[in-house]
Amino acid sequence: MTETLTIGKALNLGLRKALEDDAKVMLMGEDIGKLGGVFRITDGLQKDFGEDRVVDTPLAEAGILGTAVGLTMRGYRPVCEIQFDGFVFPAYNQIVTQVAKIHARSRGKLPMPIVIRIPFGGGIGAVEHHSESPEAYFAHTAGLKVVAVSNPVDAYWGIQQAIAHPDPIVFLEPKRRYWEKAKVDRDATPEPLFASRVVRGGDDLTLLAYGPMVKTALQAAQAAADEGRSLEVVDLRTISPLDLEPVYESVRRTGRCVVVHEAPLTLGLGAEIAARVTETCFHSLEAPVLRVGGYDTPYPPSKLEEEYLPDLDRVLDAVDRSMGF
Amino acid sequence: MTALQHTTEVVDPVPGADAPHLPGQPDLVQLLTPEGERVEHPDYSLDITDEELRGLYRDLALVRRWDVEATALQRQGELGIWASLLGQEAAQVGAGRALAADDMAFPTYREHGVAWTRGVDPLHVMSLFRGVDMGGWDPVATRFNLYTVVIGAQCLHATGYAMGLQRDGAESATLAFLGDGATSQGEVNEALIWASSYAAPVVFFCQNNQYAISVPIERQSRAPLFHRAAGFGFPGVRVDGNDVLAVLAVTRAALAAAREGQGPTLIEAFTYRMGAHTSSDDPSRYRLASELEEWKLRDPIARLKAYLSRSGKADAAFFTGVDAEGDELAARLRKGTIEMPDPAGTEIFDHVYAEQTPHLAAQRAEFVAYHESFEGGHQ
Repeated sequence: MTETLTIGKALNLGLRKALEDDAKVMLMGEDIGKLGGVFRITDGLQKDFGEDRVVDTPLAEAGILGTAVGLTMRGYRPVCEIQFDGFVFPAYNQIVTQVAKIHARSRGKLPMPIVIRIPFGGGIGAVEHHSESPEAYFAHTAGLKVVAVSNPVDAYWGIQQAIAHPDPIVFLEPKRRYWEKAKVDRDATPEPLFASRVVRGGDDLTLLAYGPMVKTALQAAQAAADEGRSLEVVDLRTISPLDLEPVYESVRRTGRCVVVHEAPLTLGLGAEIAARVTETCFHSLEAPVLRVGGYDTPYPPSKLEEEYLPDLDRVLDAVDRSMGF
Repeated sequence: MTALQHTTEVVDPVPGADAPHLPGQPDLVQLLTPEGERVEHPDYSLDITDEELRGLYRDLALVRRWDVEATALQRQGELGIWASLLGQEAAQVGAGRALAADDMAFPTYREHGVAWTRGVDPLHVMSLFRGVDMGGWDPVATRFNLYTVVIGAQCLHATGYAMGLQRDGAESATLAFLGDGATSQGEVNEALIWASSYAAPVVFFCQNNQYAISVPIERQSRAPLFHRAAGFGFPGVRVDGNDVLAVLAVTRAALAAAREGQGPTLIEAFTYRMGAHTSSDDPSRYRLASELEEWKLRDPIARLKAYLSRSGKADAAFFTGVDAEGDELAARLRKGTIEMPDPAGTEIFDHVYAEQTPHLAAQRAEFVAYHESFEGGHQ
């Protein structure tokens, strides 16, 4: 069955399917029940699956993650919604010291199949703490896996794959793209969760992005094509573990690489990717790996966010600099 | 009195007591006095056979013997560190023996006495403090979770597990251990809120041993800890933590109420950490020797021994037998600890994930290759 879905609706249908497929799956979060979540991602699910499986929690993020750990030890598979990226930090202790470490601490006796859904990134004109990109904190933490979806197809399948996976996963949803549409074939065979994907072929430069920046990268590639430059665009999809083999293959052909993310530049994913691409493709590189990211500042007031966020022009500027080496 | 003065008036942390760390506190549920006299309490009774009483004594004595041996092994360099339970044996054994087989316990890092009651091999605790692993026991089989070192984090785990029990329709409960210092943690307070909101079958067992390392209880709370439960909407009770019978009775009652769907209870076991926080600590810098002397008079083991002897429920041969058993245990633990093999280096990679990542598998292979590059290899 193929239909046109937004990312938000695709997530909703994916969560519904996961709840149908496994009685141990449960959703937990603030306002996810009657209200259906502030972005309506869980709309209608409490009505159909009950208050014990779609749980409106007290307003306490550490409580959500900490009780999810206990429920997991009892055999449940909690999917925790953090309402906004900037509110994950009260839960940071539980995520980093417990969720990430219990499998290792117990030498495999206590698996932690918890999914932590976080709407992330900026561009929605919000107040402080509603526009952040905290992925590097989690990618830096052994024991966690981190994925970021960019489109409705990955949203529909990815959330189900994440829930079925035996390890804890931080599942990043590009909140400003929730309403973007695409055709989703719900009978198709999904691509693996932990795999990057070339989403546009090209020969001159390899452009890497994930989450909300994939669309920006594709727009940049189109604009570059109008100027006669052929950019290959890779949707990284998985941030931890990174799947860079397709990137290496691409960079060996193009000799140039630019990484784009909204998160601050310093010690962001771009730094790690640049290091690995340089180590692996050193002799193929015609230019250093360049990064385009948020500035090393707190996320600004919304009137300034367009200055802060990477956009088509800043990506093309980096492409120009790379081509100029 | 102005309104401001009125609203900021603080409750004496331990009403009626001049010194908050001294043992003679009001409101303590007690079934066995420090002198070893059996007393009744209007709310808590205990049906217990003589054999069970002797069993409790054996638990207390053997747990203390283990602790003494572990302290010695640490001093001799065989353990990296040791968190002594000296003085808290009755609180831990009483709480542990109140658990039913299907109940689940969530310890801090000092609950060796509870571990003992769950059938955990002490060597599996020693391996943690030796640095061999993070706790060698099976938390699923023993129904005793692994030690949790981040203060209070386990209270949420116990609450979540209890929510799972509710969903399963299981007639079981969880027992969350915490200390007086942990009551200041946000996560502990979140656990109390969650447990109350969902009427989860969890009992919070707080061993108030008077000090969070060096910081005394009055810095954590200006109200008696068990009073806090009222603010969360469930019962709180303060028990003499050095009275194994009272701890057993109070914890049994709280667990029974939880299993019956009456929701959580906060138990404050009023006790004293007779030793240092850990082997790295020096309590002479922050507490008075006279305080320790007061508490020695409340020793949890001496009072049960006095009761058993005086009432004729145990004879000299019994006590000699337990002492001999303690020496055997200590010898086994000493030998087992010293002979514990170091783990293989590759173990650091092997359980990070349930499904290994290609990246970590590659790092593991590099590690192996690096070590094999030395002549003869050394792993």
